[in-house]
Amino acid sequence: MREPVYVLGLGLTPVGEHWGISLRELALQAMRAAMADAGGVRPQALYVANTLAPILSGQTHLGALLADFAGLHGIEAASTEAAGASGGLAIRQACLGLTSGAFETALVVGVEKITDRVGTGLDAALTAWSDADHEAVHGLTAASQAALVMRRYLYENNAPPDALAGFSLTAHQNAVGNPNAMFRKAISLQDYSRAGMVSDPVNLYDAAPLADGAAAILLGRSSVARQPDRPPVQILGSAAATSRLAIHDQPDPLVMPAAVASAERALRAAGVTREQIDLFELHDSFSIYAALALEAAGFAVRGLGWQMARNGTIALDGVLPLLTLGGSKARGEAAGATGVYQVAEVALQLQGRAGASQVPQARVGMAQCLGGAGATAATTILARVDGEPEA
Amino acid sequence: MEIARHWRLRAQRYALMGETCPHCDVKIFPPRDICPDCGQEARQPFAFSGRGEVYSFAPVKEAPAGFEENAPYTVALIRLEEGPMVTAQLTDLGEEPARIGLPVEMVTRKLRSDGDRGMLVYGYKFRPRMAAA
Repeated sequence: MREPVYVLGLGLTPVGEHWGISLRELALQAMRAAMADAGGVRPQALYVANTLAPILSGQTHLGALLADFAGLHGIEAASTEAAGASGGLAIRQACLGLTSGAFETALVVGVEKITDRVGTGLDAALTAWSDADHEAVHGLTAASQAALVMRRYLYENNAPPDALAGFSLTAHQNAVGNPNAMFRKAISLQDYSRAGMVSDPVNLYDAAPLADGAAAILLGRSSVARQPDRPPVQILGSAAATSRLAIHDQPDPLVMPAAVASAERALRAAGVTREQIDLFELHDSFSIYAALALEAAGFAVRGLGWQMARNGTIALDGVLPLLTLGGSKARGEAAGATGVYQVAEVALQLQGRAGASQVPQARVGMAQCLGGAGATAATTILARVDGEPEA
Repeated sequence: MEIARHWRLRAQRYALMGETCPHCDVKIFPPRDICPDCGQEARQPFAFSGRGEVYSFAPVKEAPAGFEENAPYTVALIRLEEGPMVTAQLTDLGEEPARIGLPVEMVTRKLRSDGDRGMLVYGYKFRPRMAAA
């Protein structure tokens, strides 16, 4: 039985347009908050999750930069990059490093500084997640790529134009109770149906807002002292997988094989079943990917993921709460940092620290982030320790 | 200017040159020398006909840097008649609205430009298939 990894501390900045705060300052805020939350534990390794700094900020080598800026002189540090899945991958790397025995504590910080670049240069940077030679060169954008998938999905499943509205509605409703969320107002089905198109059929409420943010999690092996004032939370298992990069190379563009494999392997590694999952922070960079992620993880049959968003199933008091603190749509999409936000949010839920957005009796939670249109998927499963997951 | 990078891909961009797998007969685009289906070596050149069908499409109103000249345009997933799928812009739509299932054929067009002094990149786009006169 492998030694478990514990969540020792969490630090999140609000997601938003932080004009006055630089990339390194934003990361530092989250890092210091996580270390303080852990009672002042100093990490022995640093994993940075980021995907756009090289393009938008002209800055690579983030491991060294942030270790330096945070005063963590000399520790091993490196950046992990897998587009929108960077956060989940960085957490996985940290877990692998901890369970190998190489160190006792590790800090994972996801950071993204989007707003230093505006306009067509930013749009071009986002196409780097797709296949540069065979997708981006044709003028494909992240939104139009999602639109290609969404249009086909609605067509094949005879679904109405507002089939995916429930993901957005749920996200906004849940963000009302999250002080770190970018958008904290509920929206109505009417708002959704009247929204302007970003790339038909993807409308304004189908597309998560990209903004600045930093989230940090301090992880440790059981030998390190834990906070006595809250229930211990463990990472039970994690898994990452890839699939063909270009959506035109997927055997079926409406199935995300990386998400399928990653979810399956993570559940197996964690030793839990789907029925035991009390909440799922899936990646709603676009509403269509939320529907596909539900199907890929086996919570919905192929083509019917959208129906789960319509009947209260995914609400805080539903059978499978999703986007409990707003998801990418309402908490905000921080690209490479999103995966760290997701895992931190699951941890907050399991620790009973989710305030007005608390999922009742949350014991086992799942987080999954996706790179691009799903070519990389990283899944993490966490559990509260004092009650063993019930069958 | 990424001259070499685009030059390397000219056979794919201008002539839809791909490969056929001598083991399982699968047609491969773009070439990748290892068959994605059976995993064996596949280096036999194969020229695609250029005929295909629209699998899905989406408008791009706010184009990324380098593509502003052509905006608004429509990107699509095209299922080539021989099997593989490609991403490409639709062009010469005229009065005909884009739709899933629209039969299309390949043409060579300018894909992007990098300002007044920058490189021009040409490649494949797809237009509604002309009926024989």
